[in-house]
Amino acid sequence: MAAKSSLKVAERFIGFLTPLILLGLWEGAARLGMIDARFFPPPSSIIHQFGVLVANGELADNLLASLRRLFLGMLLGGVPALFLGLAMGISRPLRAAIDPLISATYPVPKSAILPLVLLIFGLGELSKVVMVALGAFYPILINTVMGVANIDKIYLDVGHNFRASRWQVFRTIALPGALPSIMAGIKLAMGMGLILIAISEMVAAPNGIGYMIWNAWQVLTVDTMYVGLLVIALLGFIFSTILDEVERWLIPWKGKS
Amino acid sequence: MAVVNMISPQQKTLPAKAPVQISLKGVRKYFGSSGFVAVDGIDLEIPQGQFFVIVGPSGCGKTTLLRMLAGLESVSEGEMKINRLNPNHPENSMVFQGDSLFPWMTVYDNASYGLRMRGVPEKEVSEQVQHWLERIGLWRFRDRYPNQLSGGMRQRVSIVRAFANDPEVLLMDEPFSALDEQNKMVLHEELLRIWEATKKTVVFITHSVDEAVTLGDRIMIMTANPGREKAIIDVPFERPRNVLELRHNPAYGDLVFHIWEQLRDEVQRARMSAEGGK
Repeated sequence: MAAKSSLKVAERFIGFLTPLILLGLWEGAARLGMIDARFFPPPSSIIHQFGVLVANGELADNLLASLRRLFLGMLLGGVPALFLGLAMGISRPLRAAIDPLISATYPVPKSAILPLVLLIFGLGELSKVVMVALGAFYPILINTVMGVANIDKIYLDVGHNFRASRWQVFRTIALPGALPSIMAGIKLAMGMGLILIAISEMVAAPNGIGYMIWNAWQVLTVDTMYVGLLVIALLGFIFSTILDEVERWLIPWKGKS
Repeated sequence: MAVVNMISPQQKTLPAKAPVQISLKGVRKYFGSSGFVAVDGIDLEIPQGQFFVIVGPSGCGKTTLLRMLAGLESVSEGEMKINRLNPNHPENSMVFQGDSLFPWMTVYDNASYGLRMRGVPEKEVSEQVQHWLERIGLWRFRDRYPNQLSGGMRQRVSIVRAFANDPEVLLMDEPFSALDEQNKMVLHEELLRIWEATKKTVVFITHSVDEAVTLGDRIMIMTANPGREKAIIDVPFERPRNVLELRHNPAYGDLVFHIWEQLRDEVQRARMSAEGGK
């Protein structure tokens, strides 16, 4: 047990070490003029710019704007997806009715719908929220349907044998049985949401991390561009850490042994 | 616990006096469009309190028969009845083959499933479940999840889940088939111990002749394809039984041999028809 956990610590350490080494190489190469510092500014100047943007409040404003859209979009897309998915997982007729619709619209790249969404929902906040919602809707819906539909038949047999009502079957079997798959869907949706918020803010927003990156390109402050990328990467990392934690709390039976 | 022990030992030794709990008249089961006949005309009466074992080759329809009793499969033809001798008890509870515990529930929640579905007050649920889990030595594991238990422990919990529900009839579908020999032996002993204390009517499916003779009061041998009754054999051994001593008894070996003789042809026939069908 002790050997195993110390091995884990070592693995974590190595995991931290690789990016640090790469950053060091980058810094050195930029300073020595081996790479073009106009395109690849050294990490130290990116960190400096990060400090500037934090100090003047620009970063916080943009970050909050993006987070707000992301959060509202996840709710707007995720909640209906969850309920529709559960209903489709339980009811075969409903699944038969809606499945073709989903299969036909799912492969359309959400970014390609952006102009249409702007046309319908205008240039205000709603269009960005709707973009995130569209991105969140499909993975959550599809994973929820799969999660419910793929529950091992033996569990339903147990439910019927112990005379569980339809509602009891749903509450004690369908929902918990589908939970791991639903969580996987939410994680995918979060990744999708980040992509779409960046894209839609680049095209049509007065603020947000996506706007910040696009604006930096237009005025050629490359450092700010990298700060934007760094922030998005950090957001992705933080969200997935939070979701992992939520998963551990919601699905305590998974992975314990 | 007043509900337990509904049958006195005297009744048990005179099975003729025990009321009929399960009766089957010309029960058939065929499946949909293929017309495959899984069970073909079974006539049977099982008295209350009897440990009834059905033994037969794979694919002889014994599981289908049990699933019909459990209400998980419809009866195509004939009449199948479980007589409710005490309307306060649920009719039947099944111990399934393989892993059927809900992975998302703790041992405690799994064991209390039947009682909770029936809306039994939580206080009574906890009394019953604690009683049963203690009895089978798993009370201290009550907060574990199934994937933290060994196969033998998991199967104990599914037996507790059925017993704790306190049904009139226990249906068991090869509950020990996935376990190794040592675990099997221990669980046979434990099952006999708790069954002898409750004397519930049991229908137990197995393909193991040893298991059938060790546990059963009466054994039905089934033929394969279609599933019919080949013979019914009374098991003469005294209760309570000691699994180890029983195996020492020469009569045990004779009975196992006798059943095997009848079964051998069936296994061969089942195998030939399976190969012929390929």
